[in-house]
Amino acid sequence: MQRWSRFNIASIVLGFAFLYLPIVLLVIFSFNESKLVTVWAGFSTKWYVQLLHNQALLDAAWVTVRVGLISATVATVLGTMAALAMTRYTRFRGRMLFSGMIYAPLVMPEVITGLSMLLLFVAIGFDRGFWTLTLAHITFTMCFVAVVVQSRLLSFDRSIEEAAMDLGATPVATFLQVTLPVIAPAVFSGWVLAFTLSLDDLVISSFTSGPGATTLPMRIYSQVRLGVTPEINAVCTILIGIVAIGVLIASVVSRSREIQRIKDEQAAFAH
Amino acid sequence: MSKFGSALFNRLVIIIPYAWLLFFFLIPFFIVIRISLSETAVAMPPYLPVFDLASGIGGFIDNIKQFSIDNYIWLTEDALYAKAYGSSLWIAAVSTFLTLLIAYPVAYGMAQAPNTIRPTLLMLVILPFWTSFLIRVYAWIAILKPEGLFNQLLLTLGLIDQPLIILNTNWAIYIGIVYSYLPFMVLPIYSSLEKMDHSLTEAAQDLGCTPIRAFWRVTFPLSMPGVVAGCMLVFIPAVGEFVIPDLLGGSETLMIGKTLWNEFNANRDWPVSAAVATILLLILVVPIMFFQHAQAKADGEGR
Repeated sequence: MQRWSRFNIASIVLGFAFLYLPIVLLVIFSFNESKLVTVWAGFSTKWYVQLLHNQALLDAAWVTVRVGLISATVATVLGTMAALAMTRYTRFRGRMLFSGMIYAPLVMPEVITGLSMLLLFVAIGFDRGFWTLTLAHITFTMCFVAVVVQSRLLSFDRSIEEAAMDLGATPVATFLQVTLPVIAPAVFSGWVLAFTLSLDDLVISSFTSGPGATTLPMRIYSQVRLGVTPEINAVCTILIGIVAIGVLIASVVSRSREIQRIKDEQAAFAH
Repeated sequence: MSKFGSALFNRLVIIIPYAWLLFFFLIPFFIVIRISLSETAVAMPPYLPVFDLASGIGGFIDNIKQFSIDNYIWLTEDALYAKAYGSSLWIAAVSTFLTLLIAYPVAYGMAQAPNTIRPTLLMLVILPFWTSFLIRVYAWIAILKPEGLFNQLLLTLGLIDQPLIILNTNWAIYIGIVYSYLPFMVLPIYSSLEKMDHSLTEAAQDLGCTPIRAFWRVTFPLSMPGVVAGCMLVFIPAVGEFVIPDLLGGSETLMIGKTLWNEFNANRDWPVSAAVATILLLILVVPIMFFQHAQAKADGEGR
């Protein structure tokens, strides 16, 4: 067909080359023998070995993973609730404000969010550290979860929920047994998104964390300021690898759920 | 029980996230505004007066009497701040425009792609977004350096005889922003183009429009919601961007996110950084409201 023209293909190829080339180069130079990240001097995995002896980096990685797991989980619960509130209850007092508070954090410059949360923690006398970091991460990631889950809920057929309620299920039971299984892939991708956003964050973390709670991006950032080294490339490559595997698993899970759903629907209509 | 449970469940679903966002997102802004009206002090926390719940309403009124707008006067007196706001808005606007120029053909190409490969293309656009922002910005340092890979390539090809100085200039910031925010622009444009009815452009062409004219008269206007959403998603965070100007920009680059960061971390002047944040928020309130309005409208249509 002529719609998929050469111009279209060229712009996609160039666009994707632009998106992927820097990441590919970064990964390649993490295996560089030389200390320079711009001149290739042969293959080596020595920078990865060196990472294992960098205790500060490993500690930071551990803090980051713990913050990520806790904050993504809480954010998923809160974000799913917020998505339900937004789609199910079209009018309640302060709904405008509520939707404002869901969308604003998506675009709010991180320096503002970070500073304002820090000042809150200082005002209420909450010592900065692991928990303030986690609370801040929950707050900004829950909005992303809410948006992801909300878009799934908008295309959700509510009649099956009504059927469950008519048959005597309580709202909680209806949610757990009918709604949640259907929206589970969206909830799961919301969790993955919240987790990666949390892993990734530098600015909000720098404002809200305290002594003893240095995250990996904060550690990487302070090393980057001193110069570009293959060791940082190696850390970044590992992080990219983890994310790539995570996304792959998430897409396989959601695709198999989708196929299952279509099969179930066909089976239901066949009767 | 059922009726009570039902009402309780409905309420909690609203109240819990609502209260959370009020406490951790909205109230902090008021604290920022309040502290921007305080004086800098050599103490911990480094500002005066310190708000104390124990002092009751009388203490609160005393507090208010001590408020001063000195920090704002300070911001207007030092030309540095006005320049930083101005250049942030300018850099964000230029980068948004460049992002649109690159993202539109990509989104258009994706929307024209055969149905079978569209999900894969979509996945490929989203994937970089999942890798760390910091890492993606960092990757450009090695490319843009004077002895970096981009200059090596151009020198080898014989296009230049002297390495180009790109890193630590505004051009590096443009590249950094375009690169980091590209998926945010591609996705909304793609989703509005994908929904479009192709018979409309065909009709325009049947009626004698050239393909280019048909694009500008039909396709582009219909994709405007996506263009607007994409521009907002890039422009608003880019104005307050910190990581990109800090790592790719030079010493003469002024961006307000960096100014705020330095004011806070290096000078430890909390009230002034709170004032900087308040004004930034005031500047961004209009585009943010605009973005929310567009989002709410899109949700309404999806319903």
